[in-house]
Amino acid sequence: MTDFFGIPLPALLGQLLLGLVNGSFYAMLSLGLAVIFGMLNIINFAHGALYMMGAFLAWMGLEYLGLNYWVMLLLAPLLVGVLGIAIERLLLQWLYKLDHLYGLLLTFGITLVTEGIFRSFYGVSGQQYSVPEALQGATNLGFMILPNYRAWVVVASIVVCLAVWALIEKTSLGATLRAGTENPKLVQAFGINVPRMITLTYAGGVALAAFAGVLAAPILQVTALMGSNLIIVVFAVVVIGGMGSILGSILTGLGLGVIEGLTKVFYPEASNTVVFVVMAIVLLVRPAGLFGKEK
Amino acid sequence: MSQTKNPLIGYGLMFAGIALLPLLGAYPIFVMKVMCYALFACAFNLLIGFTGLLSFGHAAFLGAAAYGAGHALKVWGLPVPLGLAFGVAAAAACGLVFGLLAIRRSGIYFSMITLALAQMLFFFFLQAQFTGGEDGLQAVPRGTLLGLDLGKDLTLYYVVLAIFIGAFWLIYRTVHSPFGQVLTSIRENEARATSLGYDVERFKLVAFVLSAALAGLAGATKTLVLGFATLTDAVWTTSGLVILMTLVGGMGTMVGPIVGALVIIALENKIGDAGKFLAEATGVQWFNGLGESVSLVTGLIFILCVLAFRRGLVGELGALLEKRKA
Repeated sequence: MTDFFGIPLPALLGQLLLGLVNGSFYAMLSLGLAVIFGMLNIINFAHGALYMMGAFLAWMGLEYLGLNYWVMLLLAPLLVGVLGIAIERLLLQWLYKLDHLYGLLLTFGITLVTEGIFRSFYGVSGQQYSVPEALQGATNLGFMILPNYRAWVVVASIVVCLAVWALIEKTSLGATLRAGTENPKLVQAFGINVPRMITLTYAGGVALAAFAGVLAAPILQVTALMGSNLIIVVFAVVVIGGMGSILGSILTGLGLGVIEGLTKVFYPEASNTVVFVVMAIVLLVRPAGLFGKEK
Repeated sequence: MSQTKNPLIGYGLMFAGIALLPLLGAYPIFVMKVMCYALFACAFNLLIGFTGLLSFGHAAFLGAAAYGAGHALKVWGLPVPLGLAFGVAAAAACGLVFGLLAIRRSGIYFSMITLALAQMLFFFFLQAQFTGGEDGLQAVPRGTLLGLDLGKDLTLYYVVLAIFIGAFWLIYRTVHSPFGQVLTSIRENEARATSLGYDVERFKLVAFVLSAALAGLAGATKTLVLGFATLTDAVWTTSGLVILMTLVGGMGTMVGPIVGALVIIALENKIGDAGKFLAEATGVQWFNGLGESVSLVTGLIFILCVLAFRRGLVGELGALLEKRKA
């Protein structure tokens, strides 16, 4: 009974968990992208680079300042958020009246610069970051061994994603935010400072990316290029989910992580490309994406 | 001033100049490499500059043709024209598949989809047997063309120049044809083009495939010149590079992408030297590593262009001349 289509159950569940972990990263990143896109109308190509920066900040905090994981889990998103404010005020705000593609190109430029800086200091080899003490070890669930840290990543990211969703969909602040997306002029007339809201939205979105980066640091190698391959998969996730719904990007992210994990078990050669194959199929059937609305 | 005269005279002078370059002491391989990237950028510009579609996956076509032509020339031993043609056909076929999927969405979605599809192809090239994985396809023979020995750099130089002129002429003709006018109208106002009765999707698809095929011609020629095809041709940063070339030179101008390609390739080749010079001049050792992080400099140029010089070198120059005249 421990076999499932000829695959031992523990191996299957192990990959499923790995898929969920990756899926949580996809969910957090595509959620941030969706929030930023909703408010700024900019596809933030720099999202992957800022995720990488989050991971690097965690590593640097421990290496140079002796700050532990938990401190950096709060501090890194904060620092990246402040950087986000600077990026939005200094660079992005000049582009809102232009075609979308300039926002994509500018943030692509930011990505190149960020990666170039980290490469010039740390090269391309990975930095190791160990799992924090409280989360080391694994729990035996009877049918599988569950590494504590991976369980933490999945739980933490789902909680954060749901919190963001609740903030946007269920609070008055979120209502203002959504109204600002629909009609900035009208919301401004109600005395709400829309430009500041836009700045803070960008900061919040990139802080979310940095948070994902810190979570990823102990599992993945911390390298200058860790964000650049991920961001393209996240773009595919965004296309599959459609940008319309917050909950959609969370569900699509997690779901695609799981699909990727399962592919790794049954047909490993395709595990790198399965997300793009799914994207192609979804585009053929529903060009607006699974949760998107046709404009 | 060039407005009143036939622009073809200007292009003729430009190509005559390029033809004389090796005699003036320019390194032929370098100029050939620039010509290949210039053609790549011109092909890309046909899409972004004249149709308004930002493809973020054009490296896929460069790579598909580079591997396709390399395989045909090396393993199958096809003659040069057939090898190049096979590369172009491979790129055009990829372009058709990508185009069919991508034009279902517009704007930035279009960009993201082309990027994702190109990444899929990249992983295919990484894992497939015939591409040589990380090492790439090495030692592709140059062979002969109509009895000419292409092993000689100078002979190959004029063949590459002929290919470049031919492709440039094709792009010029396309842009200035009724078909090209429809493309421009799609760029300017897609809804109006649709309401005028044009099948916008079909026009976009044809433009996309044409652009992919020309990008393929650039990739196939590049393999012939350098003798190898590697993953660098297909990686997504190369897609970014061609955008940068077009942006730096000037989107929607005929000559802009050529100027942009020259600037960027020269920069890539010289940036290490510039870093060493800066390290010596300022005493900051960090500059010595600049050659390894070219992306830092290209990224800064990107940001600068998007913020301040959206028309590119040629575009800004043209605007300046216009102002003078007025």
